[in-house]
Amino acid sequence: MVNKIVDSAAQAVADIPDGACILVSGFGLAGQPSELLDALYEQGAHDLTVVCNNSGSRDIGLARLIRAGRVRKLLASYPRGAESGAFEDAYAQGRIEYECVPQGTLAERLRAAGAGLGGFLTPTGYGTELAEGKETRVIDGVGYVFEKPLHGDYALVQARLADRWGNLVYRKAARNFGPIMCMAAKVAVVQVGGAVPLGELDPENIVTPGIFVQRVVVTPTNAQEKRA
Amino acid sequence: MKKGLTRQQMAQRVARDIPAGSYVNLGIGLPVMALDYFTPEDEIMVHSENGILGMRGLHEGEQPDPDMSNAAKLPVNIHAGGSFFHHADSFAMMRGGHLDYCILGGYQVSERGDLANWSLGQKNVATAVGGAMDLAVGAKAVYVLMEHVMRDGQPRIVQECMLPLTGHRVVKRIYTDLAVIDVRPTGLVVIDMVLGIDEQTLQACTGAPLRFELEDVLA
Repeated sequence: MVNKIVDSAAQAVADIPDGACILVSGFGLAGQPSELLDALYEQGAHDLTVVCNNSGSRDIGLARLIRAGRVRKLLASYPRGAESGAFEDAYAQGRIEYECVPQGTLAERLRAAGAGLGGFLTPTGYGTELAEGKETRVIDGVGYVFEKPLHGDYALVQARLADRWGNLVYRKAARNFGPIMCMAAKVAVVQVGGAVPLGELDPENIVTPGIFVQRVVVTPTNAQEKRA
Repeated sequence: MKKGLTRQQMAQRVARDIPAGSYVNLGIGLPVMALDYFTPEDEIMVHSENGILGMRGLHEGEQPDPDMSNAAKLPVNIHAGGSFFHHADSFAMMRGGHLDYCILGGYQVSERGDLANWSLGQKNVATAVGGAMDLAVGAKAVYVLMEHVMRDGQPRIVQECMLPLTGHRVVKRIYTDLAVIDVRPTGLVVIDMVLGIDEQTLQACTGAPLRFELEDVLA
């Protein structure tokens, strides 16, 4: 019997080694895998490379890992905000490397990794400083920048519901990076508000098919289910 | 500059030019204020980069939902007929030319339509581009909504942008508190301006040559 549901967030992240590349879902707080990030904090892995649209808020989740010096490098499109002091302090003090990636390029690099592509040409960033040092091409008069796939060792993702095969549905705009991060990682770990029996999720409406998911953990404190 | 439009009036002015049934993305800050001036009957479908089509503002007394925010992470809701999708699809909508209009804020726009709106070029500050560069390249028409001059009176409309570019030759039209200006292959053409200023005054606070083909006067 295939059962991807594990007992705890701690168990779900236990084997993440030092130096791993971790994809973290969420756009601001929507879709942020808070319980998995807390478990990763307790687990102790360091020298992490993290790919996330933002840099976390206050001193929780990703921001707490950054504050503790556990993140060696961040790839993000928008790491600044009202509550991004943890990242901004680390950056100002030279304690973290940072690569600024346009948001759509970040998404497509993840998708390309998950789809087995060797990269793609995008018009985004052409003629700007974010294209400096990158290969460019002009096709039918339009300038493009070559971008490489972005693979993760692990993805930490939040979704709404799963079954034991790892099929997922999300809630509203908390979906954001979840589906493409599950595809792009060797091991996708998903925290969900609830697990349902096989067959209960309508196959027409499954957003992430279980083939892209390796581990599921039900987090009863999951904020989105408290709201639902 | 006196006699200019207020920020609300600027948002209203650009909203007036968006045809019914259009797919539109509104940048954070000033552009997203245009949301208040779209009428439901026009069924203008607003795209939000974080995976929403059919975004609308919260109604009076409506509770915010943490899983429903706009690009600025402010609470919003969704019209009947709206949809959610993941980030790769969301940005495919932009780059793929599926959006009819994108209305962006700006620091500087050049006479050839170069846009600078993402970085002030400061050293030792981590840059944050978000979706700005993707938005700048894909929409059928990119409009910029910004004050005509900077706080110190320096023009924002210039021959060459001094700030780091967001997009290269992407802007079709500029809406300011003083005028509406088309960016054409031949240069900048003023098609509308506020009552109470004249052509010389507008030219004096603009850093690139203007031609005037006024269609009407801003009410």
